[in-house]
Amino acid sequence: MALPTYDEVIAKWDPVLGLEVHVELNTQSKMFCSCATEFGGAPNTQTCPVCLALPGALPVVNEKAIESTILIGLALNCKIAPYSRFARKNYFYPDMPKNFQISQYDEPICFDGYVDVEIETEEGPKQFRIEIERVHMEEDTGKSLHVGGATGRIHGADYSLLDYNRAGIPLVEIVTKIVPGTGKYAPEVAKAYVAELRDILRGLKVSDVKMEQGSLRCDANVSLKPIGSDVLGTRSETKNVNSLRSVERAIRGEMIRHAELLNDGKKVKQETRHFQEDTGLTRSGRSKEQAEDYRYFPDPDLVPVTPLASWIEELRATLPERPSLRRKRIKEEWNVPDKEMAAMINADVLDIVEATVLLGADPTKARTWWLGEISRIANEKELPIADLAITPAHVAELVELVAKGDLTDKLARQVVEGVVAGEGTPSEVVAKRGIKVVNDDGALMAAIEKVCAEQAETAEKVRGGHLPAAGALIGAVMKETKGQADAARVRELLLGHLGQPI
Amino acid sequence: MSSLSRDDVAKLAGLARIEMTEAELVELSSQFGLILDAVARVQEMDLSGVKATSHPQPLENVARPDVVLPSLSPEDALSGAPAQEESRFRVPQILGEAE
Ligand SMILES: [Zn+2]
Repeated sequence: MALPTYDEVIAKWDPVLGLEVHVELNTQSKMFCSCATEFGGAPNTQTCPVCLALPGALPVVNEKAIESTILIGLALNCKIAPYSRFARKNYFYPDMPKNFQISQYDEPICFDGYVDVEIETEEGPKQFRIEIERVHMEEDTGKSLHVGGATGRIHGADYSLLDYNRAGIPLVEIVTKIVPGTGKYAPEVAKAYVAELRDILRGLKVSDVKMEQGSLRCDANVSLKPIGSDVLGTRSETKNVNSLRSVERAIRGEMIRHAELLNDGKKVKQETRHFQEDTGLTRSGRSKEQAEDYRYFPDPDLVPVTPLASWIEELRATLPERPSLRRKRIKEEWNVPDKEMAAMINADVLDIVEATVLLGADPTKARTWWLGEISRIANEKELPIADLAITPAHVAELVELVAKGDLTDKLARQVVEGVVAGEGTPSEVVAKRGIKVVNDDGALMAAIEKVCAEQAETAEKVRGGHLPAAGALIGAVMKETKGQADAARVRELLLGHLGQPI
Repeated sequence: MSSLSRDDVAKLAGLARIEMTEAELVELSSQFGLILDAVARVQEMDLSGVKATSHPQPLENVARPDVVLPSLSPEDALSGAPAQEESRFRVPQILGEAE
């Protein structure tokens, strides 16, 4: 039977989602030891007896990690447990040298929350509430490199090499309750949820939330049930979903795969699958040698976490504005059209534009620079916009220089180029490059007279009262003065020269 | 008396990568049985009013500040490894061929 189309799938089947998101916290040190958490260090340069599980080592929890996890829980409308413990999750696998991962089991630190997300649909914006089951603390695993075999995959590898720099980095797992009722919007709702989480976490400043570096990772559980049925189908769990777009693609792909099996009267296997970035499909994950039994028990090396209610309230008082509300507020305050707003969110420049506006820049001007010229440069250099040398303070200064008439838009673009090239602040670039608007009326008049002589016919039209024709002359004067003239002043002088009211 | 079969012990030893002789496997299977029996006796007690204990001391909230301290050098970190390559721990094949 042919692969069903997405429309055929949703005509017959109702998807049920479950999402598990792992977030690496941006603490300086690891969860249970004082090794650095920095990304990209040489192999095994960030390890110690605790994260290597050498005999006798004693883990001690990082207080900042606890604080960050409580903040996350509060931002996700969770209850914070007055008493919670760490548990050992036992499994034999080389990425965890202890042969267990320290996690939390039946006593997670945060539970029972929700996140509201909004998606655009044909019928207008639609809201969905994603309920949060739990938020708990754990530690990341080491990184393995599989050597030999055809593909670098674990299957067929001759042996594996382990780097434990990542082992023990604080990880927070955020688990949703099952999400029913999203129907055909399931892929979009899941994507919107992960995007909202990312924005919330970024606002809390508790994680770098870089999906491409793995500091935010999503596992997507998908099952299908016949429309109208109350009986849940068998789910698959897709791991390795490392971009927002992949969240959407993975869920759509799994819905189609499940429907094909079910339509054929086959069964969906409950298993772990891996998302393939290149094809958008998933493949069956490592087969488990035995049924999963992690034999969880409270970790005797660690003591219970019992945050004071007063501390929790102090943390609650520091919560930043919710991203969805912030977007609404910004849209209204700056009077941004829908399309432009979407463009800013897509380009991920909302923070940077807001920072520029807070430094006094006009919102429309600030937005135009970041979305236009600066985005273009970032694309050209294939760099994230935040990695360019230009800052909100630079752009605010630039906008001011243009407003004062010290720069034309064209000159300002040259200044941006200089700032990005590391030549300093806009004023410094202006000074170094000798960029300035020609304000010398004498020089402008000379250029105007020259242009009017060259384009006598056009000049005559303007003299006869046909004002639109002046545009071409102004353009020619601007060209003559290499863009260094103030176009408004050129217009005044030109119209005056040709005997027209200004 | 409960017991663990010789094969159970062999499997555990394999997972833990501990090499054991046939005699040790047999001896340990009966010793594990004794340990399981001891635990079974605890399970017979009425502990309904007793709170589960995970730590011998009544401690709470032992934490450390988020401060980085020097790590081991990679040479020291790898000094106990049975095998290493490119500053990484080398471990035997994890999974066989895909089914
Ligand atoms: Zn360490």
